[in-house]
Amino acid sequence: MVTFKIDGKEIKAKEGQTVLDAATENNIEIPTLCVNESVLPYGACRLCMVDVTKGKRKRTVTSCAYEVAEGIEVDTKSEKVIKIRRMVIELLLARCPESEEIRQMAEKLGVTTTRFKPDEDGDACILCALCTRACREVVGKSAISLINRGTEREAALPFYDEADDCIACGSCVYICPTGAIKMEDKAGTRTISWPNCSQEFKLKACSACGFYFAPEKQLEFMAAESGVELEKLEICMSCRP
Amino acid sequence: MSELSAVKETISSILDRYDRDKSNLIAILQDVQAEYNYLPREAIAEVSQALDIPLSQVFSVATFFRAFSLKPRGRHSVHVCLGTACHVRGAASILQQMEKEMNVCCGDTTEDKKFTLEGVNCVGACALGPVVVVDGEYIGHVSVNKVKPLLENYD
Ligand code: SF4
Ligand code: FES
Ligand code: FES
Repeated sequence: MVTFKIDGKEIKAKEGQTVLDAATENNIEIPTLCVNESVLPYGACRLCMVDVTKGKRKRTVTSCAYEVAEGIEVDTKSEKVIKIRRMVIELLLARCPESEEIRQMAEKLGVTTTRFKPDEDGDACILCALCTRACREVVGKSAISLINRGTEREAALPFYDEADDCIACGSCVYICPTGAIKMEDKAGTRTISWPNCSQEFKLKACSACGFYFAPEKQLEFMAAESGVELEKLEICMSCRP
Repeated sequence: MSELSAVKETISSILDRYDRDKSNLIAILQDVQAEYNYLPREAIAEVSQALDIPLSQVFSVATFFRAFSLKPRGRHSVHVCLGTACHVRGAASILQQMEKEMNVCCGDTTEDKKFTLEGVNCVGACALGPVVVVDGEYIGHVSVNKVKPLLENYD
């Protein structure tokens, strides 16, 4: 256990824990956009910035990726930190003006307008990499990645069309904090649309009721991973004994 | 030998130079680029498979660095410096003249695959500006009139 101060309050935390987790456990709220308990910290959105004083040195760090340490003093609401968060969210507001999630977060931070020119591409991706991390760390596939650099950076399939590694599970869709990845199941086909590419996948009809309930590739993947026979997985949840 | 197995063989010998070690990915891609003048799709796929790195991650690296190209490049690479010092000495009109002479836009390769034209930001030879770098060779004090004769030196 380590003891340290957060917003003037002395608290104890487990070694190796992040400042963000320790704060959350103590009901201190720090805004985040790129954190999810299923994947490792990444520090992409910079919304969770806090001031950390260690000895004589004061630094502004991402609390989601900063480990607690004995004797540090954390300020989650300093003027500087508030200013940084507002700037970040203002930039994101301009980046994805259509995103409801970003608008709500902005409001929470007291920001309703942006001084920057809004993007017109209709793309809500904030490059938090939650999708690529989920696909790699949770699904174990790494079918998508962040490609290019600078203003061209985006989440995409390799070559924009190579979906061999994708099992159409939709994890990237569920984890996306801004709804930038879309998924639609229709007439036996699942379509997943990442910001600049889209792919169709065949769905499997339940062998008992005929309802298209899961992507074929996902079932094959599950069978291979678990050793359960494929036929046993080809029955939908409601028909399973 | 089919084209694909030729690619496999070439990649395999490059990989051997690096003990098939994942951490050498960038160096490996550099060698592939040197071999083909660009990174062919089949070559990227082959590297990914042989090193057991997901294709998406190799693609991520291949698209991150400017040194890599996914499109076939020309036999000669022409870099027009657009850095501040060269800019104030007229780099923009040099680039324009290049585009006109080659009939391509900056970043593209000529039809005959002779030249690939690109802009760079300062090549560290500001005193010589405007600077053009052709196949790694620095050419200083370029003027609009010198563009055509300069390009005629290459085949
Ligand atoms: S749908 Fe495809 S890209 Fe998205 S998480 Fe699943 S395997 Fe990865
Ligand atoms: S939550 Fe820490 S950087 Fe995004
Ligand atoms: S600006 Fe062209 S060499 Fe420095």
